[in-house]
Amino acid sequence: MVEYVPGIPILKPYIDADNKAYWDAVKEEKFVVQQCNKCKNYYQPPRPMCPECLTLDTMEFVPSTGKGEVYSYIIYTTDKMAYPAMKIPYAVMVVEMEEGVRITANNAPDIDTDEIYIGMPVEVTFAKIDDDLTLYQFKKRKS
Amino acid sequence: MSIKDKTAIAGIGLTEYSTGTDLTEWALASLCIKNAAEDAGITVKDIDGLVKDIDDGWDCSYVQKTLGIDNLLYSSESHWGTSSMLNAISAVASGTANNVVYYRSRKGATSDKRSPSDYRVAKETMDDSISILRIDFYEPFGLVNPVGCAAMIIQRYMNEYNIKPEQMGSVVTGITEYGAKNPLALYTDKAVTMDEYMNSEMVADPIREIECAKGVDAGIAILITRAEMAKDMKQTPAIIMSAAQGAAMNGEFFTGYNQEKMTALPEMVSMGDELYRIAGITAKDVNVAQLDDRFTPMVPMQVEALGFCGAGEGAAFCEARSLPINTAGGSLGEGFMDSNRIVEAVRQVRGTSTSQVDNAEIILYAAGAGGPADGLIIRK
Ligand SMILES: [Zn+2]
Repeated sequence: MVEYVPGIPILKPYIDADNKAYWDAVKEEKFVVQQCNKCKNYYQPPRPMCPECLTLDTMEFVPSTGKGEVYSYIIYTTDKMAYPAMKIPYAVMVVEMEEGVRITANNAPDIDTDEIYIGMPVEVTFAKIDDDLTLYQFKKRKS
Repeated sequence: MSIKDKTAIAGIGLTEYSTGTDLTEWALASLCIKNAAEDAGITVKDIDGLVKDIDDGWDCSYVQKTLGIDNLLYSSESHWGTSSMLNAISAVASGTANNVVYYRSRKGATSDKRSPSDYRVAKETMDDSISILRIDFYEPFGLVNPVGCAAMIIQRYMNEYNIKPEQMGSVVTGITEYGAKNPLALYTDKAVTMDEYMNSEMVADPIREIECAKGVDAGIAILITRAEMAKDMKQTPAIIMSAAQGAAMNGEFFTGYNQEKMTALPEMVSMGDELYRIAGITAKDVNVAQLDDRFTPMVPMQVEALGFCGAGEGAAFCEARSLPINTAGGSLGEGFMDSNRIVEAVRQVRGTSTSQVDNAEIILYAAGAGGPADGLIIRK
């Protein structure tokens, strides 16, 4: 799990027209991925045009199954390198979702930093960080 | 049309490498360019082109003010790595300009925002950077700097190929053995031992502090001119057989996690293929390599990407010392500049390296492991 140090701001996502729908969904605790409704390819990070179809209006955000496996992870172990708003040690994981895209996020409270391994089955959950910010995290998955 | 053998590195100019200088980056840039002209035996007024990295502080027009260059026929800047080198080479090969200097000046030791451990983007510069980095998908989760972002690639690589920490340690012991012989390698007094490596502190697990480039205050300038002009200048020219950049779909600056085969370094693969194609050689012909060592565990991935060995064999290749790599001690010793490894490639051509490789005919330089890549192949 990650713990925050009170009084130090979290770096917030930079929201613009290309990713607003993504972060709006997160705020409502819904996890979406970007998909082109023509070629059905999934994309991360979100982008305004489908690189396959070269169309703008086919790009939409669709519900994800929220399920995936840990593809890689790191653990910040020293204050020298870690972000000061977060207590060390903390982990950051890249999770390969069932849709094929890879999503970066932290582990939820049910996963200890030293339990994480590549291939670990996980699923999306949400954490309200402060009044303006909700983030997705990954928790253990049974099925 | 090919750039093969059309251009050469005719001069290199350095300032002192230090852990703290009172000189500004503007002053460092001015000084190293002056030194490059002197090294080549031309005057500063002969310089008619200047290129720099987008990441560095002082624009060409300011450097022009200190050097008294009346007119620049060519100036430009380029993204990370040393891809500006290709701008300089292209400008000279095409005849746009005659003597183009690629310079870097950074106070990596004394300015916080310029060391690899620091936050990748200062908030106040975020608007400028957002077009290059969609940091919003990483920073809110505390993945805030190149060391953490690179560690993600390294973890996956070590897992995919079952690489042991000792094998990554052999990269550090190998490079620091060279650094110990190089008086300019201010951070390496003596070679790191395997015990020291294994006992060194993890900073962004699996990266250890001992594997991270150090920050240095320095200016480095590299003078590119036409190969036939270089022959009449003061130094043995380093003929540029090829120069190339590499980009790949879903590539980012150390966060290309959506690249299908992330650990293969797709940017470096395409860059290397292009280098060999232009030069008309293969990896087997290369005698010395100067590879990106901002984080040394990226080195085994690069020797694979550049065709020196197969996938997953890079760590064993480094352990066996199958090729001299970073013969000046790299960024662990001289600090992170990237272009200091170009300087060492040139020393190998001139025969002036402190770890001179016998019969060093062909030297490969690469930068940008884990992001947009660029490189050179040079020869006598
Ligand atoms: Zn499409």
